[in-house]
Amino acid sequence: MDEKHKPTELEDVVIRFAGDSGDGMQLIGTLFSDASAHYGNDIATFPDYPAEIRAPQGTVGGVSGFTVHFGHTEVNTPGDYADLLVAMNPASLKASVKYLKPGATIIIDIDAFTDKNLKKAGYKTNDPFKEDGLEDYNIIPVKITSLTREALKDLDLDNKAVTRSKNMFVLGMVDFMFSRPLDYTIQFFEKKFAGKPTIIEANKRALKAGFNYAESSHAIFSFKVAPAKIEPGRYRNINGNTATAWGFIVAAQKAGLELFCGSYPITPATDILQELSKRRDLGVKTFQAEDEIAGITTSIGASFAGDLAVTTTSGPGLALKTEAVGLAVITELPLVIVDVQRGGPSTGLPTKTEQGDLLQALYGRNGESPLPVIAALGPADAFHSAIEASRIALEHMTPVILLTDSYIANGSQPFKIPDIDSIPEIKPPIITEPPYQPYERIDKEKMIRGWAKVGVPGLQHRLGSLEKMAVTGTVSYVPENHERMVKERQAKVDAVVNYIPEQKVEGNPDSELLVIGWGSTYGHLRRAANQLKREGIEIAYTQFKYINPLPKNTGDILKKYKRAVVFELNMGQFANYLRMKFPGFDPLQYNKVQGLPFTVQEIVDHIKSLLKK
Amino acid sequence: MTTTITKENLYKKVNLKPAEYKSDQEVRWCPGCGDHAIYNALLKTWSELGIPKEKIAVISGIGCSSRFPYYVDVYGFHGIHGRAGAIASGFKTARPDMSVWQITGDGDALAIGGNHLIHECRRNIDLNIIIFNNEIYGLTKGQYSPTSRFGQVTKTSPYGTIERPFNIGQLVLGANVSFFARTIDAYIKESVEVYKEAEFHKGTSVVEVLQNCVIYNDGAHAEITNKATRKERQIWLKHGEPMIFGENDDKGLILENERLKVVKIGENGITEKDILVHDAKSDNLGLHLMLATMSYPEYPIAMGVIRDVERPTYEELMESQIEEIRQKSKIKTVQDLLNSGNTWEIK
Repeated sequence: MDEKHKPTELEDVVIRFAGDSGDGMQLIGTLFSDASAHYGNDIATFPDYPAEIRAPQGTVGGVSGFTVHFGHTEVNTPGDYADLLVAMNPASLKASVKYLKPGATIIIDIDAFTDKNLKKAGYKTNDPFKEDGLEDYNIIPVKITSLTREALKDLDLDNKAVTRSKNMFVLGMVDFMFSRPLDYTIQFFEKKFAGKPTIIEANKRALKAGFNYAESSHAIFSFKVAPAKIEPGRYRNINGNTATAWGFIVAAQKAGLELFCGSYPITPATDILQELSKRRDLGVKTFQAEDEIAGITTSIGASFAGDLAVTTTSGPGLALKTEAVGLAVITELPLVIVDVQRGGPSTGLPTKTEQGDLLQALYGRNGESPLPVIAALGPADAFHSAIEASRIALEHMTPVILLTDSYIANGSQPFKIPDIDSIPEIKPPIITEPPYQPYERIDKEKMIRGWAKVGVPGLQHRLGSLEKMAVTGTVSYVPENHERMVKERQAKVDAVVNYIPEQKVEGNPDSELLVIGWGSTYGHLRRAANQLKREGIEIAYTQFKYINPLPKNTGDILKKYKRAVVFELNMGQFANYLRMKFPGFDPLQYNKVQGLPFTVQEIVDHIKSLLKK
Repeated sequence: MTTTITKENLYKKVNLKPAEYKSDQEVRWCPGCGDHAIYNALLKTWSELGIPKEKIAVISGIGCSSRFPYYVDVYGFHGIHGRAGAIASGFKTARPDMSVWQITGDGDALAIGGNHLIHECRRNIDLNIIIFNNEIYGLTKGQYSPTSRFGQVTKTSPYGTIERPFNIGQLVLGANVSFFARTIDAYIKESVEVYKEAEFHKGTSVVEVLQNCVIYNDGAHAEITNKATRKERQIWLKHGEPMIFGENDDKGLILENERLKVVKIGENGITEKDILVHDAKSDNLGLHLMLATMSYPEYPIAMGVIRDVERPTYEELMESQIEEIRQKSKIKTVQDLLNSGNTWEIK
């Protein structure tokens, strides 16, 4: 074996595929990720595409990218910077420069680097590498378009179909580079294009041509990323929105209820409604409402009727639903409201990620209006968080806000498929026979009222938005009763603390510095902690999933550390929340509001700078 | 297995007096308010239909009329302003076996809740929407509503409104509602008939009730309801019967130059045979619209069931789609779903 064919072993690799919206980058990104996962690597992926549906071809605004991070150890995040970039045209190069590791390898389709395309991408000269300061990078120009054409020339295909296959040429090259067998992808072709032999053949040929080209090229080397140690079991790749939808389906089954989702399309939450609407086969009732308010109020109606009711939205939609959330609070009906956070305020950055809705979720309502808030830690955790939010809603008779975000929604991760039977039952306090008093606290520990089944003689009762008399549930304007009911609703939400796990500290618990995060930043903080550990710096870190109520031991944890720093993708909402909840606790903050996730590197650098002080 | 819900198997009839549908709560509308009459007519309707109390849901928004659920011993839900329609839609979709009555007013249904109303009409969910139209905001003490007359002086239009009102019939027929009827609060007998028809109708039924507000808009509909002239100013439409009205039943409606026209039987050679026969069941939206929009003094006001056409309901289509997809789909269980598509084993 010559030097070239002895693959270099690597710990982990980040690849970014970038092209025009129609170049099929999302597809080859997904295929490569799946093949890597099959091979046994840990993976994390993140697609990014323009907010515009058909952005102008060849422009930076129209670039569609797909990043995959795969490794021999836990990868946790889609990776900050790419080791390898595939750029299908000058615009893709331009749009990707900021995502490159110094000295990264860049494969370009030289056929697309015409004067016209360079100009369209905003380059002023015909040397884009010099312009972008990439001269020292490992640039590999390949005639991707013409080589694909050559490989497919005797097939009965039109020019468009031939050009469309060039993404498979790229995939073939990358498969060679990372020692991936082609059979997984070929099987995909045979399934996807069954009955279209010419298309199968074209894709196969392009794939093999790319592989062979890379193998025989002196410029391209091969690498190996050994399988990771992953817990045994059956896995699939899952993105956060699908995981959320499936979590609800599981929760409904575990509670023995039908699932109802009233929702209005809004980026980046729409996929949850779309996924649930496919699930008529499992009896899911989706109701595409006329607006955000109808999304939640149809769900409240369904909850009154006895369904597990959920509504899905993003920040602006949550703002519209605000009054109705209060209605669910006062009627004490179970309801899950998913807020897939995006950059705000107002329409803001619809396709970009942010953690800016925390205080809106906690406090954005009129009156004393407490409700539990939980935040998913990552794409796969969204599944478990959706079940958990449903459990709390149903067993504690309350609306619950589940916070995810654009990063979780679209990012994907391997997901260990659970055995449904191993997931605990959910037991809502359903009342099936009289006597019934709507606001009797039937469980003094949980402080919950009972949920009367609809259509049962003797269980007729009235709920509503007006304050109700304790126990009996008639309308009441009695001052002392109002205060009592306010306190009972608060006590009920506070009691959830006894039914959630305690907060854990990871890393070195004896570190002087505690790093704090919540929700979707978990992967980045965890990876940063692991990277620091490899460098001999062990920090303590803790990631909050339960936001309201906070786990019982939160105060004890916070007290223990001399210094603490909260990393969050907003201006410090969680840090302020902790300051309010634990007077005297005053953490440092690291905030970012660019519509982007943290990079692991910036977390590492910031922690190092704090430790020096 | 879901069974097809029909009006016939929805519930087993019971024998209850109207008063037995009352809750133990004191009814707190103003003395003389039209709401009392509507309340009594609805209790009577349920009693005559024999609907078990536990099979009825009454869902309202905000406003005087929306206090209704508290006064009846059924499943009741007093919502937030404008959202009765959406709450009722979700409720009925989840439980198609319930008889659902949406109680709302002109402000609740046509201003803040206007969006929900038109979409209910479009979806044809089997709801009975009773709109108490007193042409004023009562609970907030006298501001003009979307049905207040042009020029009407109210607290927020001290110099007269400069807005044109909605005609409720025109609005919901424009949204292609499958059932529209109009009645008058104090006309208990006629109202009971109309409410029964609304309940029999499979799909969204909108009933506009001309309701008087004794405090803020007294005599709102007096020009139509006035005892002395009412026979001249109302025409009660009955499916299959000629459109005749008047003190002496001597007036009728005909179509002339594509417009409705009031004629006198016995004059200009007009006989009863020339008078239009009301067909509520045919999907003749144009004629139904013309009838619903007739206004005094050119025409009498059309009362009774103006439109009653058959169309599959939303919840029926939902249930049958679920059945169909359940049969076809390879995914039979939640575990099938989790295992579907591309998976791999780590050993």
